[in-house]
Amino acid sequence: MLSIKNLHANIEGKEILNGVDLEVKAGEVHAIMGPNGSGKSTLASVLAGRELFEVTEGKVKYFGNDLLELSPEERASEGIFLGFQYPIEIPGVSMVNFMKTAVNEQRKHKGLEPISSSDFLKLMREKKELVELDAALANRSVNEGFSGGEKKRNEIFQMAMLQPKLSILDETDSGLDIDAIRIVANGVNKLKSSENATIVITHYQRLLDYIVPDFVHVLYNGKIIKSGDKELALELEEKGYDWLKKSELTQ
Amino acid sequence: MSLDTVKIDTKEKFIELYKENQDLLKSDSPEYVNKIREKAFRNFQKLGFPNKKNEQYKYTDLNKEFENTYKTYISPKNIRFQVSDIFRCDVPELNTKVILLLNGWYYDRENLIHELPGGALIGSFQKAAELYPELVKKHFAKYADTEKDGMVALNTAFVKDGVFLYVPKGVIIEKPIQIINILMDEEEGLTQHRNLYILEDNSRASVVVCDHTLSTPNFLTNSVSEFYIGQNTHFDFSRMQNEHNGSKQVSHLYFQQERNSYVNANTISLHGGLIRNNVNVLLNGEGCENNTYGLYLTDKGQHIDNFVYMDHAYPNCTSNQLFKGVLDDFATGAFNGKVLVRKDAQKTQAFQANNNILLTDDADINTKPQLEIYADDVKCSHGATVGQLDEDALFYLRARGINKKEAKLLLMYAFANDVIKAIQVPALKERIQDLVDKRLRGELSRCNSCQMHCC
Repeated sequence: MLSIKNLHANIEGKEILNGVDLEVKAGEVHAIMGPNGSGKSTLASVLAGRELFEVTEGKVKYFGNDLLELSPEERASEGIFLGFQYPIEIPGVSMVNFMKTAVNEQRKHKGLEPISSSDFLKLMREKKELVELDAALANRSVNEGFSGGEKKRNEIFQMAMLQPKLSILDETDSGLDIDAIRIVANGVNKLKSSENATIVITHYQRLLDYIVPDFVHVLYNGKIIKSGDKELALELEEKGYDWLKKSELTQ
Repeated sequence: MSLDTVKIDTKEKFIELYKENQDLLKSDSPEYVNKIREKAFRNFQKLGFPNKKNEQYKYTDLNKEFENTYKTYISPKNIRFQVSDIFRCDVPELNTKVILLLNGWYYDRENLIHELPGGALIGSFQKAAELYPELVKKHFAKYADTEKDGMVALNTAFVKDGVFLYVPKGVIIEKPIQIINILMDEEEGLTQHRNLYILEDNSRASVVVCDHTLSTPNFLTNSVSEFYIGQNTHFDFSRMQNEHNGSKQVSHLYFQQERNSYVNANTISLHGGLIRNNVNVLLNGEGCENNTYGLYLTDKGQHIDNFVYMDHAYPNCTSNQLFKGVLDDFATGAFNGKVLVRKDAQKTQAFQANNNILLTDDADINTKPQLEIYADDVKCSHGATVGQLDEDALFYLRARGINKKEAKLLLMYAFANDVIKAIQVPALKERIQDLVDKRLRGELSRCNSCQMHCC
């Protein structure tokens, strides 16, 4: 599904990604962990198409096509979803209008007719329940006045609405209490299928108790320095990142 | 040097115009109107056109606009009244009686005053001045000051017709009244309509005004509207400026609000080559509320200038000003708002905000919110912002599959909607939302069913 080879990216000349390699296949869950400033969020942003970052080297193939040539909206319509670490508040744009526009733009991209109002409302209702999103929130402006937990739940709600093929969840657990983590993880798990894949970016092993990864990667200084299975996350929880940093240095 | 010469010439041109047409101007007007006319003319001779040294008109050179030679409509004789068959407005819930002004003259020449339920009157200002001298005398030129503003003096010197609305004590007009200003001619024309709205104590009315150009020549408008809002009266005023880009308009609204009255005034500027809106409010009794809102969407070489003067003369009044604008291409604009809180106006609450989005580097806005406070127990705020669309919000929308153009539109629409949502006539609000959406999309912003292909 996704193949990243030797990806380098910088912001204002400062190199953040320094040769990332990653293969993701349908049905898999990958966790990307790493200390602060290692480039995790940058990787997520670059995959989603944020123009702030400049890709200087490397390739990203998505279903065999060059992902980096696509605009953010084309990537989204092709099934890439970024769950934001800090979801943006957009006063004046209602959740309903936002989601309807997004669903219909993606349908248009696929050559489908706009969704009917009744089908849309049904879809909204169904997906709201999935992430236990307060019905009243859907009538408000996008993320405006939402609590931290509500914003994150709203991300998973949008993911449920748009049914992406590849979801990249950037620190979806940050700022969440344990109940909220369970709800969010539950949403992600319910949406999981053999057709789609998820990249979970997180600081802590805690989330991975709920979203069980097939692979765990450690990103450090813009590079994946170690990959393993879910046991690696437990090892990191126990030992921290220092032992990896050291072994990276000695290499 | 040469600039000054031109200024004198333009002023002289209008002085000559007045002198040449004095008899015609005075012929159908009662004596008391002509007295005011003469005084206004003398004031115009003194004041002339405001130039850029005049702080209030710093960003809009009106003198230049009046240099051109325009056809004037001093008498209705040279106007062909033939628009009613092509004009039909289908915004539901509006009063069925649609009031038309054509080049500044009341359109329905057969029926110049129309009676509304409860003894309210709507019709031609000129006719009202003749039929109801006591009423008109009490309010005409009492709020619009001809001594300070040369433009008001000019309008008053040439006063002929316009809209007259009278709502007697305690009368409630349920349905909004729609007034349409139509400009239509084969030549370039100058109109100076004069409107008088008298709402006596405990009354209630809602007025919707649409400005349209129906033919391609350039038009210049210098209009004055006076509003007397009696005690406990509730008045809602919405205005839609939708003229073509060859048109220039200067409008002056003067509100006098008595104790415990409420005014909501909303101006949506969709199209127009040059628009200068003056809104002057005097809160002349305790417990008044005034909401003055404006939205302007400009592109190409359009110019918009909003000026507001909010005078808190009595305690316990509230005023809110919110002006928002989106400027594209090389459009230019200005906002100049002043709140005056007089010494005795304790417990005043006055808020003023002007927010702008510039879509290009060439678009330009000058904004100057001002507070002048002489009372010590007040709550006032003012602020202005000039910015671009929020990049983070734009990316967020695009990351959900919404294309860049659509995402920008959503953000602009959301920005504009703060002003639109203050419109109190639900059907009109919907229509304006639709027009604003079309305007932002670059489509022609006219109502689908309206036959007036004005822009």
